Order: sequence, then structure tokens, then C-alpha cells
Amino acid sequence: MSQTISEKILAAHSGNKEVSPGQLIEAKIDLCFGNDITAPIAIENFRKAGLSKVFDRERVLLIPDHFTPNKDIKTATQTKMMREFAQEQGLSNYFEVGRCGIEHVFIHEQGLALPGMLIVGADSHTCTYGALGSFSTGVGSTDLAAAMALGRLWFKVPESMLFTYNGKLQAFVSGKDLILCTIGEIGVDGALYKAMEFQGSTIKGLSMDSRFSMCNMAIEAGGKAGIIAPDAKTLAYVKSVSKNPCKVYKSDKGAQYSEKIDFDASRIEPQVAFPSLPENSKPVSEASGIEINQAVIGSCTNGRMEDMRIAAKIMKGKKLNPSVRCVILPGTQKIYLDCIKEGIAEIFVRAGCSFSTPTCGPCLGGHMGILAEGEKAISTTNRNFVGRMGHPKSEVYLSNPAVAAASAIAGKIVHPKELK
Amino acid sequence: MQLKGKAWKFNDNIDTDVIIPARYLNTSDPKELASHCMEDIDKEFTKKVSHGDIIVAGKNFGCGSSREHAPIAIKNAGISCVIAESFARIFYRNSINMGLPIFECPGAAQKISQGNEIEVNAETGEIKNLSRNESYRAAPMPPFIQRIISLGGLMEYVKQESKK
Ligand code: SF4
Repeated sequence: MSQTISEKILAAHSGNKEVSPGQLIEAKIDLCFGNDITAPIAIENFRKAGLSKVFDRERVLLIPDHFTPNKDIKTATQTKMMREFAQEQGLSNYFEVGRCGIEHVFIHEQGLALPGMLIVGADSHTCTYGALGSFSTGVGSTDLAAAMALGRLWFKVPESMLFTYNGKLQAFVSGKDLILCTIGEIGVDGALYKAMEFQGSTIKGLSMDSRFSMCNMAIEAGGKAGIIAPDAKTLAYVKSVSKNPCKVYKSDKGAQYSEKIDFDASRIEPQVAFPSLPENSKPVSEASGIEINQAVIGSCTNGRMEDMRIAAKIMKGKKLNPSVRCVILPGTQKIYLDCIKEGIAEIFVRAGCSFSTPTCGPCLGGHMGILAEGEKAISTTNRNFVGRMGHPKSEVYLSNPAVAAASAIAGKIVHPKELK
Repeated sequence: MQLKGKAWKFNDNIDTDVIIPARYLNTSDPKELASHCMEDIDKEFTKKVSHGDIIVAGKNFGCGSSREHAPIAIKNAGISCVIAESFARIFYRNSINMGLPIFECPGAAQKISQGNEIEVNAETGEIKNLSRNESYRAAPMPPFIQRIISLGGLMEYVKQESKK
């Protein structure tokens, strides 16, 4: 039977020759992880159940990234619990603040996620690693506790949806715009429970960083996973971050999809998702002129090196509009350092931006740039739900880094090509 | 595992706020949660339910929040299983992880009426409607899922498995 890449990975990890949508399987996982919000609950469950050892001390990752550097005593207590658990279990992959970054940028940068793997993380944006051709999905803390103990978990095989993008991208359009446009098309529940498979000549042309941004937001359409079959670009990336072997799966011709949707990518403008759902995406021209108080550039969607370079190119030699604050958070320590080496940090600081240590921070309204009542922000993050970045009466517009940087300079939402 | 009881019918899109309203989430006591199960649709629901009864619903049962309290409330109200045309993804996971058997079976969900006597065989997925002398078939739960449920949930299963 012809199978999709997702079905092949799930079959290979559950000892089946093939699997089909709806089937319940128990599968071995290659990697599981949690952060400072979800891991403490998993650790509590683990202890309550009287479990003593994790299944593999190299395959359980703990990354404090949401409220770190510890923003208050509660956070400090949570990260302390993670640190102590990591020590007690001898985990080789516990990462201290200052030595990591946002989990979904850090994990692939370190070569810990690889093509063909089955990955679960107690965080909804775990779908990011699908960009490497792995099957990767978010779970709850109880599931993480089980995964940490047994190294396996049960899954229901999802149906797959096939999204094909062809055509050359316009200037200032990136993977973020493709996914915002897609979510706008199918809605925030358009891929509920399904694996979203992305392909086409446009995807082939996308950088890895842009592919990560796309898969990152599969959950924003309700997807269980986002996935792109590995190509030469994927393998070159993998080679640059890991010496470990990996397994490449691709969908068969004739594999079954619940739906197939095609896009002419050459017609897609930079997108802006209006408050308060990611599905409210429109071409930036329709958002043009909306005044903003804050711009945020960073997060697991757009905190990668390509994003920093794009923003810096736009901000070079310019100053922020006096009524705008701009918070820039590189995704990892490595990206932070590269920004310093390439002179990008200096561009941001001279423009008047707050440029600091990697953290989730304002993305989830945690710290480092919260909005007051009535304030508006343009942000490269992934969610613009009511109150996501602060006061319930504040508003978030989602965009790519070029639009966010240009808008920070202009003081209002603009197409980067219009920036003087 | 044989499950047997009266059917309680519900519509499409029964969300987690109906199953257990957020105002009661300040407790995790299963008995307390169970006493408020479905009360915004039917105030007397938990009083009328007998042990073993079965919820039969339409599409997208359990949509909304990821609260694990929802399957806990249903299970502790005495409901032996839920049959629906379809389930929301996180509710589906949580139900199994909390030890509540669930069956996706559009045929059964459409044909069963309120009050019908139902018998479900978890191993085979056969659903018998004793009142109407009909039978329907859901996909059977694989043995490891049956084990999770018979042990009362995922953490108990993990405990047993990790002793092996
Ligand atoms: S950057 Fe935002 S979306 Fe990503 S893991 Fe952190 S809080 Fe979640």
C-alpha cells in the first residue's frame, strides 16, 4: 500500500509494516522533552507513580526557556526542580539558561532532532521539527511522564493533508507568510488532528529557517504535525549540526490524503494576521497604516539567524520611530553570538531596540515586553489570541521579521518595500 | 471487558466546558468533579445516571480545552464508556490516559436512541443495542490500550510496565 511520510515514520517506530489513519499504535520515541512550564508537572507525575529511572538519559531533554532567566520565585522553584531531576537522573541534555535558548530553535540547532525520528515534546510547537522530515508532535505533561519512563507512547495515526506551493516568492515573502496564508485559507481548525505535509517547488527553494517557521505553525491550524520530506538542503543542514546517522522517508506516489490544496506562491504578499486569531491573515497592504506601540522579533517561529539578518538589513543605519518600542530576542545563544559577530547586534542597539538574551518572554505574555491596555504590537510570534502578550485589551498582529522591522521604523504597519 | 448500561444521548460538539464547567476546576477531587458533569445541559444528569451507563454523542465530542478533568468527571459519574461519531483530539488522548474507554462509531451514534440498553465488547469493538436488537461495529481497542484502561489510566500502566 502507498504510504505518506508520516505513516512510514509511525509504522517504523511501532514495528508495523504499514499503518493507516485512525489506527491506534504504540510507538518507540527517539526524543522527548519538556520546558519550565510543563516538565515540573511531568516530573511530579513521574515521582508520584514511584518511577525511578528515565528510559534513556540521552533522549530526555529538559530546557528552561519560557520564564527564564528566572523571572520570579515561582519560576526559580520550577527550574530548580528540573535541575535537580536532571542531576538525579544523570541527564546529558539538561540545559541551563545562558547555554541554550528557545527549545524549538535550540534542539534542531544542536542536532538533537534528526530526519526520520519520532519526537514528542510537552509543548504545542513541537511540530517544528517536521521541517527535518521527522514526525514530531506536542503532548501533555502526563504523556511526557509516560514517555520519559517507557520511551514509548500510544498514538492514533493521523490522516494527512497535502499542501503544494509552486511559483517564485515575491520580495520580503518567507515561510512565515506561506503558513499564515495557509492558516487563513483553512482556518484554525482546518487541519484538526491531521498531519500537514508541505511540498512543491516553492518549498524546495525555501531555506531551512523558513521551513522551520512553516512547520512551527502547523498547530495553529489544529495540525498534529507539519512535515516536509528531506531533500539535499535538509541533509546539508543535518550534516552541519550532527554526525549521527538519520533515516530519510518520503511519501509514496499514490499515498492517501484527506485533502490536497494548491497555492500559487508567486501571488502571496507578506501577510499580517489581525487580532485575535492566526487565521485572520491578510496581505500587508490591507493592514498598512495601523499604528503600533511595540514590535517583537524572535520566538520559536522567527528567532533564527535568517530572521535576525532580515530585520538587521532593514534597520541598518535607521532609528526606531520614537513612539515604538522594539524587543528583539534571538532564539539561541549561538544566534545571539552570531548577531554580535556579524555586527547585527550593533545595528539593533543603535536603532534603539532592546536586544537581549534568548527566551520566550513576550511571546506568551511572560515577561520582557508585556503590553498595557489598549496597546498594539506587531510580532513575529505565532499566536495573537486575546491577551497573549499582556492586557486582555491589547492587540497583536502577526507578521514576518521584515514587516515587523519595517513597521518598527515607520511607527505603523508597512510593507517593507515602502520604507524610505 | 464488557460494558453495559443505558444510553444517554447528546448532540454534536459537546465541549469540555459543558462536560465540566471551568468554575469547578478549582478542585481535582474526582467525586466533586463528577457531581457537576454535564450539569449545564441537564442539572439532574449525575443523579439519573446508573453505574455502567453509556454516553452516546454526535461529532467532535470533547472539543475545547485540554483539561484532563473532563474524562475524569465522566468516568467518576459512573459512565462506563463514550460512543460518538468522532472525538476532539486532545479529549481522545486524555480519555485513554485517564482510563475512560471511548469508541468512534458513526453508525452506533446515529442509530442508538436515548434510553436504549447497550452492551459493548471492548475487545472486539462490537456494540449491541439490546433494545432494538441491532449491532454495530467500532474499531476494537488494541490490547495495550485495553490494558491502560483496565489499569485505570496511563500512569498506572507506566508503573506496571516499568517493573518489567
Ligand atoms: S517562543 Fe512562544 S510559542 Fe515558542 S515555545 Fe516559547 S512561548 Fe511557546
